[in-house]
Amino acid sequence: MNPDQIGFYTLLKKEILRFTSVMAQTVGAPVITAILYLLVFAQAMQGRASAYEGITYTQFLLPGLVMMTVIQNAFANTSSSLIQSKLMGNLVFLLMSPLGPLQWFCAYVLAALLRVTIVGIAMLAATMPFVDLPVEAPLMLVAQFLLAGGTLAVLGLITGIVAQRFDHIASVTNFVIAPASFLSGVFYSVHSLPPLWYTVSHLNPFFYMIDGFRYGFFGYSDVAPWISLSWSAGFFVLCTTICMIMLSTGYKLRN
Amino acid sequence: MNTPSPSALRIDSVSKSFGSLAALKKVNIDIKQGEFFGLLGPNGAGKSTLISIVAGLTRMDSGAVSVMGHDSVRDFRSARRKLGVVPQELVFDPFFKVHEVLRIQAGYYGCGAEALPWIEEMLERLELRDKRNTTMRSLSGGMKRRVLIAQALVHKPPVVILDEPTAGVDVELRRTLWAFMRDLHANGTTVVLTTHYLEEAQEMCERIAILDHGEIQALESTPALLARQPFRFLKVRLPENSALPDHLQSLVSSEENHFIELKLNTSTHPVGKVLDMLRSAGIAVEDVHTRDPDLEDIFVELTQ
Repeated sequence: MNPDQIGFYTLLKKEILRFTSVMAQTVGAPVITAILYLLVFAQAMQGRASAYEGITYTQFLLPGLVMMTVIQNAFANTSSSLIQSKLMGNLVFLLMSPLGPLQWFCAYVLAALLRVTIVGIAMLAATMPFVDLPVEAPLMLVAQFLLAGGTLAVLGLITGIVAQRFDHIASVTNFVIAPASFLSGVFYSVHSLPPLWYTVSHLNPFFYMIDGFRYGFFGYSDVAPWISLSWSAGFFVLCTTICMIMLSTGYKLRN
Repeated sequence: MNTPSPSALRIDSVSKSFGSLAALKKVNIDIKQGEFFGLLGPNGAGKSTLISIVAGLTRMDSGAVSVMGHDSVRDFRSARRKLGVVPQELVFDPFFKVHEVLRIQAGYYGCGAEALPWIEEMLERLELRDKRNTTMRSLSGGMKRRVLIAQALVHKPPVVILDEPTAGVDVELRRTLWAFMRDLHANGTTVVLTTHYLEEAQEMCERIAILDHGEIQALESTPALLARQPFRFLKVRLPENSALPDHLQSLVSSEENHFIELKLNTSTHPVGKVLDMLRSAGIAVEDVHTRDPDLEDIFVELTQ
Protein backbone atom coordinates (compact mmCIF):
# COMPACT_ATOMS: atom_id res chain seq x y z
CA MET A 1 0.00 0.00 0.00
CA ASN A 2 1.24 3.51 -0.75
CA PRO A 3 1.10 6.22 1.97
CA ASP A 4 -2.18 7.65 0.65
CA GLN A 5 -3.82 4.23 0.77
CA ILE A 6 -2.51 3.63 4.29
CA GLY A 7 -3.96 7.02 5.34
CA PHE A 8 -7.36 6.19 3.89
CA TYR A 9 -7.36 2.69 5.37
CA THR A 10 -6.42 4.12 8.79
CA LEU A 11 -9.26 6.63 8.79
CA LEU A 12 -11.71 3.94 7.65
CA LYS A 13 -10.48 1.62 10.40
CA LYS A 14 -10.75 4.38 12.99
CA GLU A 15 -14.32 5.15 11.96
CA ILE A 16 -15.22 1.45 12.12
CA LEU A 17 -13.60 1.11 15.55
CA ARG A 18 -15.57 4.13 16.71
CA PHE A 19 -18.93 2.43 16.19
CA THR A 20 -17.86 -1.15 16.91
CA SER A 21 -16.55 -0.10 20.32
CA VAL A 22 -20.13 0.78 21.27
CA MET A 23 -22.00 -1.93 19.32
CA ALA A 24 -24.88 -2.13 21.80
CA GLN A 25 -25.63 1.51 21.12
CA THR A 26 -24.83 1.67 17.40
CA VAL A 27 -26.15 -1.72 16.24
CA GLY A 28 -28.11 -3.35 19.08
CA ALA A 29 -30.38 -0.41 19.88
CA PRO A 30 -31.61 0.31 16.33
CA VAL A 31 -32.23 -3.39 15.70
CA ILE A 32 -34.31 -3.71 18.89
CA THR A 33 -36.23 -0.52 18.07
CA ALA A 34 -37.04 -1.71 14.55
CA ILE A 35 -38.14 -5.14 15.77
CA LEU A 36 -40.43 -3.47 18.32
CA TYR A 37 -41.97 -1.40 15.53
CA LEU A 38 -42.49 -4.59 13.57
CA LEU A 39 -44.14 -6.40 16.48
CA VAL A 40 -46.42 -3.53 17.43
CA PHE A 41 -47.49 -2.57 13.93
CA ALA A 42 -47.87 -6.16 12.74
CA GLN A 43 -50.12 -6.84 15.73
CA ALA A 44 -52.10 -3.61 15.40
CA MET A 45 -52.60 -3.93 11.65
CA GLN A 46 -53.34 -7.64 11.70
CA GLY A 47 -56.09 -8.51 9.23
CA ARG A 48 -55.69 -5.30 7.26
CA ALA A 49 -55.49 -5.79 3.50
CA SER A 50 -51.94 -5.62 2.19
CA ALA A 51 -50.86 -3.19 -0.49
CA TYR A 52 -49.79 -5.99 -2.78
CA GLU A 53 -51.59 -9.18 -3.57
CA GLY A 54 -50.19 -12.27 -1.86
CA ILE A 55 -48.02 -10.21 0.51
CA THR A 56 -48.95 -9.94 4.18
CA TYR A 57 -48.76 -6.61 5.99
CA THR A 58 -45.83 -7.86 8.09
CA GLN A 59 -43.95 -8.82 4.93
CA PHE A 60 -44.77 -5.42 3.43
CA LEU A 61 -43.61 -3.62 6.56
CA LEU A 62 -40.24 -5.30 7.12
CA PRO A 63 -38.29 -3.93 4.10
CA GLY A 64 -39.54 -0.43 4.90
CA LEU A 65 -38.43 -0.75 8.51
CA VAL A 66 -35.02 -2.02 7.43
CA MET A 67 -34.62 0.93 5.06
CA MET A 68 -35.86 3.44 7.64
CA THR A 69 -33.30 2.10 10.10
CA VAL A 70 -30.60 2.30 7.42
CA ILE A 71 -31.54 5.90 6.64
CA GLN A 72 -31.49 7.02 10.27
CA ASN A 73 -28.34 5.15 11.25
CA ALA A 74 -26.27 6.09 8.22
CA PHE A 75 -27.06 9.73 8.97
CA ALA A 76 -26.33 9.32 12.68
CA ASN A 77 -22.99 7.60 12.08
CA THR A 78 -21.29 10.31 10.04
CA SER A 79 -22.96 13.33 11.63
CA SER A 80 -22.21 12.24 15.20
CA SER A 81 -18.62 11.30 14.40
CA LEU A 82 -17.87 14.62 12.79
CA ILE A 83 -19.58 16.81 15.38
CA GLN A 84 -17.89 14.91 18.24
CA SER A 85 -14.50 15.44 16.63
CA LYS A 86 -15.32 19.10 16.10
CA LEU A 87 -16.49 19.72 19.64
CA MET A 88 -13.71 17.67 21.27
CA GLY A 89 -11.21 19.51 19.07
CA ASN A 90 -9.56 16.32 17.84
CA LEU A 91 -10.63 17.07 14.27
CA VAL A 92 -7.38 19.07 14.04
CA PHE A 93 -5.45 15.80 13.74
CA LEU A 94 -7.39 14.96 10.61
CA LEU A 95 -7.29 18.50 9.26
CA MET A 96 -3.50 18.65 9.69
CA SER A 97 -3.00 15.23 8.09
CA PRO A 98 -2.15 14.67 4.43
CA LEU A 99 -5.53 13.03 3.80
CA GLY A 100 -7.42 14.61 0.92
CA PRO A 101 -11.15 15.31 0.59
CA LEU A 102 -11.86 12.13 -1.38
CA GLN A 103 -10.19 9.97 1.29
CA TRP A 104 -12.22 11.69 4.02
CA PHE A 105 -15.40 11.22 2.04
CA CYS A 106 -14.86 7.55 1.20
CA ALA A 107 -13.70 6.57 4.69
CA TYR A 108 -16.65 8.18 6.47
CA VAL A 109 -19.22 6.90 3.98
CA LEU A 110 -17.85 3.35 3.84
CA ALA A 111 -17.77 3.11 7.65
CA ALA A 112 -21.40 4.24 7.79
CA LEU A 113 -22.32 1.72 5.07
CA LEU A 114 -20.67 -1.06 7.04
CA ARG A 115 -22.63 -0.08 10.14
CA VAL A 116 -25.97 -0.05 8.34
CA THR A 117 -25.12 -3.32 6.57
CA ILE A 118 -24.58 -4.95 9.97
CA VAL A 119 -27.80 -3.39 11.28
CA GLY A 120 -29.78 -4.47 8.20
CA ILE A 121 -28.47 -8.04 8.25
CA ALA A 122 -29.10 -8.27 12.00
CA MET A 123 -32.70 -7.12 11.50
CA LEU A 124 -33.35 -9.56 8.69
CA ALA A 125 -31.68 -12.40 10.60
CA ALA A 126 -33.67 -11.67 13.76
CA THR A 127 -37.01 -11.62 11.89
CA MET A 128 -36.28 -14.48 9.51
CA PRO A 129 -38.00 -17.11 11.70
CA PHE A 130 -41.24 -15.07 11.71
CA VAL A 131 -41.36 -13.25 8.38
CA ASP A 132 -40.80 -14.98 5.06
CA LEU A 133 -39.24 -12.50 2.65
CA PRO A 134 -38.70 -13.41 -1.00
CA VAL A 135 -35.93 -11.75 -3.00
CA GLU A 136 -37.21 -11.03 -6.52
CA ALA A 137 -34.70 -8.43 -7.74
CA PRO A 138 -31.46 -8.76 -5.77
CA LEU A 139 -29.51 -6.21 -7.83
CA MET A 140 -32.15 -3.53 -7.28
CA LEU A 141 -32.23 -4.43 -3.58
CA VAL A 142 -28.47 -4.03 -3.19
CA ALA A 143 -28.36 -0.89 -5.35
CA GLN A 144 -31.10 0.83 -3.34
CA PHE A 145 -29.53 -0.23 -0.06
CA LEU A 146 -26.13 1.19 -1.04
CA LEU A 147 -27.58 4.37 -2.54
CA ALA A 148 -29.80 5.04 0.47
CA GLY A 149 -27.09 4.25 3.02
CA GLY A 150 -24.53 6.22 1.04
CA THR A 151 -26.79 9.23 0.53
CA LEU A 152 -27.71 9.48 4.20
CA ALA A 153 -24.09 9.03 5.22
CA VAL A 154 -23.22 11.94 2.93
CA LEU A 155 -26.10 14.02 4.32
CA GLY A 156 -24.73 13.25 7.79
CA LEU A 157 -21.32 14.48 6.68
CA ILE A 158 -22.80 17.69 5.28
CA THR A 159 -24.75 18.27 8.49
CA GLY A 160 -21.66 17.51 10.59
CA ILE A 161 -19.65 20.01 8.56
CA VAL A 162 -22.23 22.77 8.92
CA ALA A 163 -23.22 22.06 12.54
CA GLN A 164 -21.51 23.90 15.35
CA ARG A 165 -23.32 22.17 18.22
CA PHE A 166 -24.99 18.83 18.98
CA ASP A 167 -28.28 20.77 18.93
CA HIS A 168 -27.89 21.38 15.23
CA ILE A 169 -27.50 17.66 14.53
CA ALA A 170 -30.47 16.86 16.78
CA SER A 171 -32.60 19.44 14.98
CA VAL A 172 -31.90 17.95 11.55
CA THR A 173 -32.45 14.43 12.93
CA ASN A 174 -35.73 15.28 14.66
CA PHE A 175 -37.23 17.76 12.22
CA VAL A 176 -35.99 16.47 8.85
CA ILE A 177 -34.67 12.91 8.84
CA ALA A 178 -37.15 11.29 11.23
CA PRO A 179 -40.34 12.88 9.79
CA ALA A 180 -39.22 12.33 6.19
CA SER A 181 -38.40 8.68 6.88
CA PHE A 182 -41.68 8.06 8.76
CA LEU A 183 -43.70 9.72 5.97
CA SER A 184 -42.05 7.81 3.16
CA GLY A 185 -44.33 4.82 2.89
CA VAL A 186 -42.67 2.59 5.48
CA PHE A 187 -45.99 1.72 7.12
CA TYR A 188 -48.35 2.10 4.17
CA SER A 189 -48.55 2.23 0.40
CA VAL A 190 -48.73 5.80 -0.90
CA HIS A 191 -51.69 4.69 -3.04
CA SER A 192 -53.75 4.64 0.16
CA LEU A 193 -53.10 8.37 0.74
CA PRO A 194 -55.36 11.31 -0.23
CA PRO A 195 -54.28 13.01 -3.51
CA LEU A 196 -52.40 15.89 -1.82
CA TRP A 197 -50.30 13.63 0.40
CA TYR A 198 -49.84 11.22 -2.47
CA THR A 199 -48.23 14.07 -4.44
CA VAL A 200 -46.20 15.30 -1.47
CA SER A 201 -44.87 11.78 -0.88
CA HIS A 202 -43.48 11.78 -4.40
CA LEU A 203 -41.30 14.77 -3.49
CA ASN A 204 -39.72 12.86 -0.62
CA PRO A 205 -36.48 11.18 -1.75
CA PHE A 206 -36.78 8.63 1.07
CA PHE A 207 -40.00 7.35 -0.52
CA TYR A 208 -38.07 6.24 -3.62
CA MET A 209 -35.36 4.57 -1.52
CA ILE A 210 -37.95 2.55 0.38
CA ASP A 211 -40.15 1.81 -2.59
CA GLY A 212 -37.20 0.67 -4.70
CA PHE A 213 -35.84 -1.42 -1.84
CA ARG A 214 -39.24 -3.06 -1.40
CA TYR A 215 -39.30 -3.83 -5.14
CA GLY A 216 -36.07 -5.78 -4.65
CA PHE A 217 -37.90 -8.14 -2.31
CA PHE A 218 -41.36 -8.47 -3.90
CA GLY A 219 -41.04 -7.36 -7.49
CA TYR A 220 -43.89 -4.91 -6.77
CA SER A 221 -43.63 -1.18 -6.07
CA ASP A 222 -45.67 2.03 -5.99
CA VAL A 223 -43.61 3.61 -8.79
CA ALA A 224 -41.58 2.00 -11.55
CA PRO A 225 -38.25 0.68 -10.20
CA TRP A 226 -36.15 2.64 -12.68
CA ILE A 227 -37.79 5.87 -11.44
CA SER A 228 -36.90 4.97 -7.84
CA LEU A 229 -33.37 4.10 -8.85
CA SER A 230 -33.00 7.35 -10.79
CA TRP A 231 -34.26 9.43 -7.85
CA SER A 232 -31.96 7.62 -5.40
CA ALA A 233 -28.95 7.91 -7.70
CA GLY A 234 -29.71 11.56 -8.48
CA PHE A 235 -30.04 12.44 -4.80
CA PHE A 236 -26.78 10.64 -4.04
CA VAL A 237 -24.95 12.53 -6.79
CA LEU A 238 -26.40 15.86 -5.60
CA CYS A 239 -25.44 15.27 -1.95
CA THR A 240 -22.01 13.97 -2.93
CA THR A 241 -21.32 17.01 -5.09
CA ILE A 242 -22.27 19.40 -2.28
CA CYS A 243 -20.23 17.43 0.25
CA MET A 244 -17.14 17.24 -1.95
CA ILE A 245 -17.26 20.98 -2.57
CA MET A 246 -17.45 21.55 1.19
CA LEU A 247 -14.57 19.19 1.91
CA SER A 248 -12.42 20.55 -0.91
CA THR A 249 -12.89 24.17 0.09
CA GLY A 250 -12.68 23.46 3.82
CA TYR A 251 -16.08 25.07 4.32
CA LYS A 252 -16.76 25.44 8.07
CA LEU A 253 -13.77 23.17 8.72
CA ARG A 254 -10.69 25.24 7.89
CA ASN A 255 -11.80 28.58 9.35
CA MET B 1 26.05 21.78 -9.47
CA ASN B 2 24.34 21.33 -6.11
CA THR B 3 20.91 22.90 -5.79
CA PRO B 4 20.53 24.75 -2.50
CA SER B 5 18.42 22.87 0.02
CA PRO B 6 14.96 24.42 0.45
CA SER B 7 13.94 26.33 3.53
CA ALA B 8 12.45 24.21 6.27
CA LEU B 9 9.56 26.65 6.48
CA ARG B 10 8.99 29.59 4.20
CA ILE B 11 6.20 32.06 4.94
CA ASP B 12 5.88 34.44 2.06
CA SER B 13 3.81 37.62 2.38
CA VAL B 14 1.00 35.89 4.26
CA SER B 15 -2.05 37.97 5.12
CA LYS B 16 -5.21 37.00 6.92
CA SER B 17 -8.16 39.03 8.12
CA PHE B 18 -11.15 38.09 10.22
CA GLY B 19 -13.79 40.59 9.14
CA SER B 20 -12.29 44.01 9.69
CA LEU B 21 -9.52 42.68 11.93
CA ALA B 22 -6.24 42.19 10.09
CA ALA B 23 -4.69 39.26 11.99
CA LEU B 24 -1.64 38.97 9.73
CA LYS B 25 -0.24 41.67 7.45
CA LYS B 26 2.11 40.36 4.76
CA VAL B 27 4.22 38.29 7.14
CA ASN B 28 7.53 36.97 5.78
CA ILE B 29 9.62 34.40 7.64
CA ASP B 30 12.23 32.06 6.21
CA ILE B 31 13.39 29.30 8.56
CA LYS B 32 16.42 27.28 7.52
CA GLN B 33 16.68 23.56 7.90
CA GLY B 34 18.01 22.55 11.29
CA GLU B 35 17.18 25.84 13.00
CA PHE B 36 15.67 26.17 16.46
CA PHE B 37 13.39 29.12 15.81
CA GLY B 38 11.29 31.14 18.23
CA LEU B 39 8.06 32.86 17.26
CA LEU B 40 7.10 35.24 20.03
CA GLY B 41 4.42 37.79 20.54
CA PRO B 42 1.80 38.92 23.02
CA ASN B 43 -1.67 37.39 23.08
CA GLY B 44 -3.56 38.32 19.94
CA ALA B 45 -0.38 39.08 18.00
CA GLY B 46 -1.25 36.56 15.28
CA LYS B 47 1.03 33.65 16.25
CA SER B 48 -1.73 31.06 16.48
CA THR B 49 -3.30 32.27 13.24
CA LEU B 50 0.06 31.95 11.51
CA ILE B 51 0.60 28.44 12.88
CA SER B 52 -2.94 27.46 11.89
CA ILE B 53 -2.23 28.61 8.34
CA VAL B 54 1.03 26.66 8.19
CA ALA B 55 -0.70 23.57 9.61
CA GLY B 56 -3.58 23.81 7.13
CA LEU B 57 -6.20 24.58 9.77
CA THR B 58 -6.92 28.04 8.42
CA ARG B 59 -6.90 29.35 4.87
CA MET B 60 -4.77 32.45 4.24
CA ASP B 61 -6.21 35.39 2.28
CA SER B 62 -3.01 35.88 0.30
CA GLY B 63 0.61 34.79 0.29
CA ALA B 64 2.24 31.37 0.26
CA VAL B 65 3.64 28.85 2.71
CA SER B 66 6.00 26.02 1.90
CA VAL B 67 7.38 23.27 4.10
CA MET B 68 10.68 21.77 2.95
CA GLY B 69 9.99 23.25 -0.48
CA HIS B 70 6.45 21.87 -0.78
CA ASP B 71 3.67 24.42 -1.21
CA SER B 72 1.15 24.01 1.61
CA VAL B 73 -1.84 24.41 -0.74
CA ARG B 74 -0.84 23.04 -4.16
CA ASP B 75 1.23 20.20 -2.72
CA PHE B 76 -0.47 19.90 0.65
CA ARG B 77 0.10 16.16 1.06
CA SER B 78 3.90 16.42 0.82
CA ALA B 79 3.97 19.62 2.89
CA ARG B 80 1.94 18.07 5.70
CA ARG B 81 4.02 14.88 5.73
CA LYS B 82 7.06 17.06 6.46
CA LEU B 83 5.38 18.88 9.32
CA GLY B 84 4.42 17.98 12.88
CA VAL B 85 2.43 20.39 15.01
CA VAL B 86 1.83 20.22 18.75
CA PRO B 87 -1.38 22.18 19.21
CA GLN B 88 -1.80 24.60 22.06
CA GLU B 89 -5.13 23.17 23.28
CA LEU B 90 -5.38 19.80 25.02
CA VAL B 91 -7.37 18.06 22.31
CA PHE B 92 -7.82 14.30 22.27
CA ASP B 93 -10.02 11.49 21.03
CA PRO B 94 -11.67 9.96 24.11
CA PHE B 95 -12.49 6.66 22.38
CA PHE B 96 -8.96 5.38 22.03
CA LYS B 97 -6.02 4.20 24.11
CA VAL B 98 -2.66 5.94 23.98
CA HIS B 99 -0.96 3.41 21.69
CA GLU B 100 -4.04 3.29 19.43
CA VAL B 101 -4.02 7.07 19.10
CA LEU B 102 -0.37 6.98 18.05
CA ARG B 103 -0.89 4.16 15.54
CA ILE B 104 -3.87 5.98 14.02
CA GLN B 105 -1.89 9.20 13.81
CA ALA B 106 1.02 7.38 12.15
CA GLY B 107 -1.42 5.80 9.70
CA TYR B 108 -2.82 9.17 8.64
CA TYR B 109 0.70 10.06 7.52
CA GLY B 110 1.11 6.82 5.58
CA CYS B 111 3.26 5.05 8.19
CA GLY B 112 2.53 1.38 8.77
CA ALA B 113 4.18 -1.19 10.99
CA GLU B 114 7.60 0.43 10.44
CA ALA B 115 6.48 3.20 12.82
CA LEU B 116 6.05 0.81 15.76
CA PRO B 117 9.67 0.92 17.09
CA TRP B 118 9.60 4.73 16.95
CA ILE B 119 6.26 4.77 18.78
CA GLU B 120 7.75 2.57 21.48
CA GLU B 121 10.79 4.83 21.72
CA MET B 122 8.60 7.91 22.10
CA LEU B 123 6.49 6.21 24.76
CA GLU B 124 9.74 5.54 26.61
CA ARG B 125 11.22 9.02 26.13
CA LEU B 126 8.02 10.81 27.10
CA GLU B 127 7.48 8.47 30.05
CA LEU B 128 4.21 7.17 28.67
CA ARG B 129 5.02 3.46 28.64
CA ASP B 130 2.87 2.74 31.70
CA LYS B 131 -0.05 4.56 30.08
CA ARG B 132 0.02 2.87 26.68
CA ASN B 133 -3.23 0.97 27.35
CA THR B 134 -4.98 3.84 29.11
CA THR B 135 -7.80 5.60 27.28
CA MET B 136 -7.16 9.25 26.54
CA ARG B 137 -10.04 10.47 28.66
CA SER B 138 -8.45 8.87 31.75
CA LEU B 139 -5.12 10.69 31.43
CA SER B 140 -4.11 13.75 33.44
CA GLY B 141 -3.51 17.04 31.64
CA GLY B 142 0.25 16.56 31.70
CA MET B 143 -0.02 13.06 30.26
CA LYS B 144 -2.36 14.28 27.53
CA ARG B 145 0.22 16.93 26.67
CA ARG B 146 2.88 14.20 26.32
CA VAL B 147 0.62 12.26 23.95
CA LEU B 148 0.08 15.41 21.88
CA ILE B 149 3.84 15.77 21.54
CA ALA B 150 4.17 12.12 20.51
CA GLN B 151 1.37 12.53 17.97
CA ALA B 152 3.16 15.45 16.35
CA LEU B 153 6.38 13.45 16.07
CA VAL B 154 4.98 10.05 15.16
CA HIS B 155 5.73 10.36 11.45
CA LYS B 156 9.24 11.72 12.13
CA PRO B 157 8.66 15.09 10.48
CA PRO B 158 11.75 17.17 9.62
CA VAL B 159 9.91 20.31 10.81
CA VAL B 160 8.16 20.47 14.18
CA ILE B 161 6.05 23.35 15.47
CA LEU B 162 5.46 23.54 19.21
CA ASP B 163 2.65 25.95 20.00
CA GLU B 164 3.15 26.88 23.65
CA PRO B 165 4.02 23.32 24.63
CA THR B 166 4.92 24.16 28.22
CA ALA B 167 1.86 26.26 29.07
CA GLY B 168 0.57 24.97 32.39
CA VAL B 169 2.86 21.94 32.60
CA ASP B 170 5.01 20.91 35.53
CA VAL B 171 8.78 21.17 35.75
CA GLU B 172 9.32 17.48 35.11
CA LEU B 173 7.48 17.50 31.79
CA ARG B 174 9.19 20.71 30.81
CA ARG B 175 12.58 19.12 31.36
CA THR B 176 11.57 15.92 29.57
CA LEU B 177 10.24 17.88 26.63
CA TRP B 178 13.28 20.11 26.23
CA ALA B 179 15.68 17.19 26.52
CA PHE B 180 13.74 15.38 23.81
CA MET B 181 13.61 18.47 21.60
CA ARG B 182 17.33 19.09 21.99
CA ASP B 183 18.02 15.53 20.84
CA LEU B 184 15.71 15.89 17.85
CA HIS B 185 17.28 19.23 16.97
CA ALA B 186 20.77 17.74 17.28
CA ASN B 187 19.67 15.10 14.76
CA GLY B 188 18.66 17.76 12.24
CA THR B 189 15.01 18.42 13.03
CA THR B 190 13.90 22.01 12.56
CA VAL B 191 12.00 23.22 15.62
CA VAL B 192 9.70 26.23 15.68
CA LEU B 193 8.64 27.25 19.16
CA THR B 194 6.04 29.69 20.38
CA THR B 195 6.02 30.36 24.08
CA HIS B 196 5.26 32.99 26.64
CA TYR B 197 8.21 31.78 28.73
CA LEU B 198 10.79 34.10 27.24
CA GLU B 199 13.68 32.63 29.17
CA GLU B 200 12.95 29.32 27.42
CA ALA B 201 13.05 30.99 24.03
CA GLN B 202 16.25 32.85 24.90
CA GLU B 203 17.90 29.63 26.01
CA MET B 204 16.69 27.34 23.21
CA CYS B 205 16.24 29.42 20.07
CA GLU B 206 18.94 30.37 17.60
CA ARG B 207 16.73 32.93 15.88
CA ILE B 208 13.65 34.73 17.05
CA ALA B 209 10.82 36.57 15.35
CA ILE B 210 8.66 38.90 17.39
CA LEU B 211 5.18 39.32 16.02
CA ASP B 212 2.81 42.04 17.16
CA HIS B 213 -0.47 43.26 15.68
CA GLY B 214 0.01 40.87 12.78
CA GLU B 215 3.40 42.28 11.77
CA ILE B 216 6.96 41.14 12.31
CA GLN B 217 8.58 43.63 14.69
CA ALA B 218 11.96 41.90 14.77
CA LEU B 219 13.53 38.85 13.18
CA GLU B 220 17.13 38.25 14.17
CA SER B 221 19.49 35.78 15.73
CA THR B 222 18.99 35.66 19.47
CA PRO B 223 22.35 37.34 20.26
CA ALA B 224 21.70 40.07 17.68
CA LEU B 225 18.22 40.63 19.08
CA LEU B 226 19.62 40.93 22.58
CA ALA B 227 22.31 43.35 21.38
CA ARG B 228 20.02 45.53 19.30
CA GLN B 229 18.90 47.67 22.23
CA PRO B 230 21.59 50.12 23.40
CA PHE B 231 20.53 49.70 27.01
CA ARG B 232 22.14 48.43 30.13
CA PHE B 233 20.54 48.17 33.51
CA LEU B 234 22.21 49.58 36.61
CA LYS B 235 20.85 48.63 39.99
CA VAL B 236 22.04 50.67 42.97
CA ARG B 237 21.25 50.68 46.65
CA LEU B 238 21.38 54.13 48.18
CA PRO B 239 21.86 54.96 51.86
CA GLU B 240 18.68 55.62 53.80
CA ASN B 241 17.44 59.21 53.52
CA SER B 242 19.27 59.59 50.20
CA ALA B 243 17.33 60.40 47.08
CA LEU B 244 18.25 60.07 43.47
CA PRO B 245 19.18 63.42 41.85
CA ASP B 246 16.35 64.89 39.80
CA HIS B 247 18.19 64.62 36.47
CA LEU B 248 18.43 60.80 36.93
CA GLN B 249 14.79 60.26 37.95
CA SER B 250 13.67 59.82 34.34
CA LEU B 251 15.98 56.81 34.01
CA VAL B 252 14.35 54.80 36.81
CA SER B 253 12.79 51.58 35.48
CA SER B 254 11.90 49.92 38.80
CA GLU B 255 12.32 50.15 42.54
CA GLU B 256 12.38 47.16 44.83
CA ASN B 257 13.77 46.33 48.30
CA HIS B 258 15.76 49.57 48.58
CA PHE B 259 17.27 48.95 45.15
CA ILE B 260 16.65 51.37 42.31
CA GLU B 261 17.09 50.07 38.77
CA LEU B 262 18.05 52.55 36.07
CA LYS B 263 17.67 51.84 32.39
CA LEU B 264 20.69 53.45 30.75
CA ASN B 265 21.30 54.23 27.15
CA THR B 266 24.96 53.23 26.83
CA SER B 267 25.76 56.06 24.43
CA THR B 268 24.25 58.91 26.45
CA HIS B 269 24.46 57.47 29.95
CA PRO B 270 27.33 55.00 30.30
CA VAL B 271 27.39 53.23 33.65
CA GLY B 272 30.64 54.91 34.76
CA LYS B 273 29.24 58.36 34.03
CA VAL B 274 26.06 57.70 36.01
CA LEU B 275 28.08 56.45 38.99
CA ASP B 276 30.21 59.60 38.75
CA MET B 277 27.03 61.69 38.74
CA LEU B 278 25.84 59.95 41.90
CA ARG B 279 29.21 60.52 43.53
CA SER B 280 29.18 64.18 42.48
CA ALA B 281 25.76 64.53 44.07
CA GLY B 282 27.29 63.33 47.34
CA ILE B 283 25.55 59.96 47.31
CA ALA B 284 27.63 57.05 48.60
CA VAL B 285 26.22 54.08 46.73
CA GLU B 286 26.07 51.02 49.04
CA ASP B 287 25.69 48.28 46.42
CA VAL B 288 25.81 48.05 42.64
CA HIS B 289 24.62 45.46 40.08
CA THR B 290 24.55 45.71 36.34
CA ARG B 291 22.88 43.51 33.76
CA ASP B 292 22.33 43.38 30.02
CA PRO B 293 18.78 43.49 28.76
CA ASP B 294 17.23 40.04 28.49
CA LEU B 295 14.68 38.87 25.96
CA GLU B 296 11.84 40.02 28.15
CA ASP B 297 13.16 43.60 28.11
CA ILE B 298 13.52 43.50 24.32
CA PHE B 299 10.07 41.93 23.98
CA VAL B 300 8.44 44.60 26.11
CA GLU B 301 10.31 47.33 24.23
CA LEU B 302 9.11 46.02 20.86
CA THR B 303 5.54 45.21 21.73
CA GLN B 304 4.57 48.08 24.03
